[in-house]
Amino acid sequence: MKYIDEFRDPVKARILRTEINQLVERIETARRRPLQIMEVCGGHTHAIFRYGLKQMLPPAVEFVHGPGCPVCVLPMGRVDDCIALAEQPGVIFTTFGDAMRVPGSQKTLLQAKANGADVRMVYSPLDALKLARENPQREVIFFGLGFETTMPSTAMTVLAARREGVRNFSLFCNHITIIPTIKAILDSPDLHLDGFLGPGHVSLVIGTRPYEFIAGNYHKPIVIAGFEPLDLLQALWMVLKQLAEGRSAVENQYARVVPPEGNSAALAAIHEVFELREFFEWRGLGSIDHSGVRIREAFAGFDAEKRFRVPNLKIADPKSCQCGEVLKGVIKPHECKIFGAACTPETPLGALMVSSEGACAAYYNFGRIDISGLRGNAGGTDRRAAV
Amino acid sequence: MTAPFVCSVPLEDMQRGRGKVRDATITLAHGSGGKAMRDLIRDVILGAFNNPLLAPLEDQAVIGLNELASGGDRLAFTTDTFVVHPLFFPGGDIGRLAVNGTVNDLAVSGARPLYLSCGLVLEEGLPVETLRRVTTSMREAADLAGVLVVTGDTKVVERGAADKLFINTAGIGVVPAGVNISASRARAGDKVIVNGYLGDHGCAILLARNELALETDVETDCQPLSGLVQTMLSVCPDIHCLRDATRGGLATVLNEFAQSSQAAIRLNENALPIREAVRGACEILGLDPLYLANEGKLVAIAPAEFADPLVAAMRAHTCGEQAAIIGEVVEAPAGVVMLNTGFGGGRIVDLLVGEQLPRIC
Repeated sequence: MKYIDEFRDPVKARILRTEINQLVERIETARRRPLQIMEVCGGHTHAIFRYGLKQMLPPAVEFVHGPGCPVCVLPMGRVDDCIALAEQPGVIFTTFGDAMRVPGSQKTLLQAKANGADVRMVYSPLDALKLARENPQREVIFFGLGFETTMPSTAMTVLAARREGVRNFSLFCNHITIIPTIKAILDSPDLHLDGFLGPGHVSLVIGTRPYEFIAGNYHKPIVIAGFEPLDLLQALWMVLKQLAEGRSAVENQYARVVPPEGNSAALAAIHEVFELREFFEWRGLGSIDHSGVRIREAFAGFDAEKRFRVPNLKIADPKSCQCGEVLKGVIKPHECKIFGAACTPETPLGALMVSSEGACAAYYNFGRIDISGLRGNAGGTDRRAAV
Repeated sequence: MTAPFVCSVPLEDMQRGRGKVRDATITLAHGSGGKAMRDLIRDVILGAFNNPLLAPLEDQAVIGLNELASGGDRLAFTTDTFVVHPLFFPGGDIGRLAVNGTVNDLAVSGARPLYLSCGLVLEEGLPVETLRRVTTSMREAADLAGVLVVTGDTKVVERGAADKLFINTAGIGVVPAGVNISASRARAGDKVIVNGYLGDHGCAILLARNELALETDVETDCQPLSGLVQTMLSVCPDIHCLRDATRGGLATVLNEFAQSSQAAIRLNENALPIREAVRGACEILGLDPLYLANEGKLVAIAPAEFADPLVAAMRAHTCGEQAAIIGEVVEAPAGVVMLNTGFGGGRIVDLLVGEQLPRIC
């Protein structure tokens, strides 16, 4: 497939792998402990497992799967709120597909649907607005979810709804923002991270400048990366090169998509419709200041939290979950006490087991048995062998 | 509302053209057991399926045992129910699906499929013309697969109690002596073979729902596999495992093989036959073609020495032109399906927890 296969070329991958091995040998830290590189974005986690990148790397390099899966970090209380909204009479509750299976304290949206709530899967907030136009006697609520990647399309939809005077459309806003979360992770006392692969699609919106504090104040390299396997290997190579040279800078591997200044039209729409919340609750990480957005007062008519009764209860994460430690790279997914036992993709307890992009689910689905030893060709043994 | 196909009107009346259905849509009367139902059965059902076993219109079809026993030493018996939205989609429809689905479930046991039943659940308000199109399509598919629809049943339910039209088909076939196909027979060293492009049906249905604003020319792969299976058995009578990869796709079938056989299966991503358009749709939607449904694809596990001749014979058959060896059975880790990625890595191909859901970003 054109424009895809070029980024999955195994010959180029082998060359990069050799260079990565050479770089690792030059890095002093790697002789004492494995280098920990966090990929912030859930899409990267998915790609790392889908293409089996872990098996291709030397044992001295470890990926730490970060908080960038918006479905995973959604707290149970917010899922309960979704279900409460969906169960109100006359409501059509619309959501992206992978949010359907996220467990609330009692049930998932999928179960609420089975019990009679009108929950519909949409592929874009504009589909939800279309439903509102087609069903003027119903109230259509869109479950706005995700980082800066999905924020612009939600904002544009609210703007379109206002322009067209659609009164039966509203947004249950759960959008979150990545920078305060990275900062919270960097401030964590038990942190060992050596560098970051920066999110690609978030950066397409916000640009590369918001990451400068990571390199400047925390002296950690960060490279914005694309989503194809060669993108990820090249970005990793760029992080390692910085480490080998004793530098820390914001670099952009995904320059074919990400402009340094971001997308001004998208940012303008975000700022027009949303404002920062004082704090927002994250599953696994707890409350993080200024990490979520809400709808501005000028758009209150489109705010489901203002138009409907939302329980807004805080539900604590299960005590046994160690999601926070996994997110910060302190432990590996399989080192969690309940991984694969009480917590599996069928019965997820922790945030990271919920979506296929969550570190634990990816680890469970794609990697729980080390297959590198069984492979005739690709090298690399894995110290994190069979779980 | 019970309404078996049987009715007391002589066949010759029907053949003279009496008892035509004149209503445009199905009503509860068509399931009431009265004249409307009789007309529906005579006109639409018997009109499509008429054959000597169905024609007596008894409560059951009666099939001679000697005739069955001449084809093999075991009877294969299966049933499947079809609920698809939309009813018509690129390259097929629910009727064709209902015939081929059951034919293929029989075929992958090595059986020659012979007879089908047809149970219809009709939603009040269904256009009679729609039903006619579906039964005509079923007849065409049955002819192609060499099977007869010999008994059946019709129910009409109130509007909203079913989605337009549901079909159940059961089928029987005869397994030739010496054929011993089972999901538990995969052995280390065996090769894994498929008969062509994966994921076409799932992709075609997804896009036919028109919710995605994506356009492709992908059609369902719905086809009867019985002829292909007989060809394969003539080359390799000792095929170890054979299944049609319907719901859940290739990945699900291979996991069943791996678990039943307590062996591991290693796939080679570069060898998987997947159309560019299907790959493209999956890339956009965040889906994995290994889990997409097929309606005319089988997965075989056979001894290595038969793999090349099998693929050659399959490619010479219209239902296997893109046949390929896609992987092999290895000893460990038992019960696990692995994939060597084209990129040079590897991963586990596990069972899905539920339906594949498109990813958010």
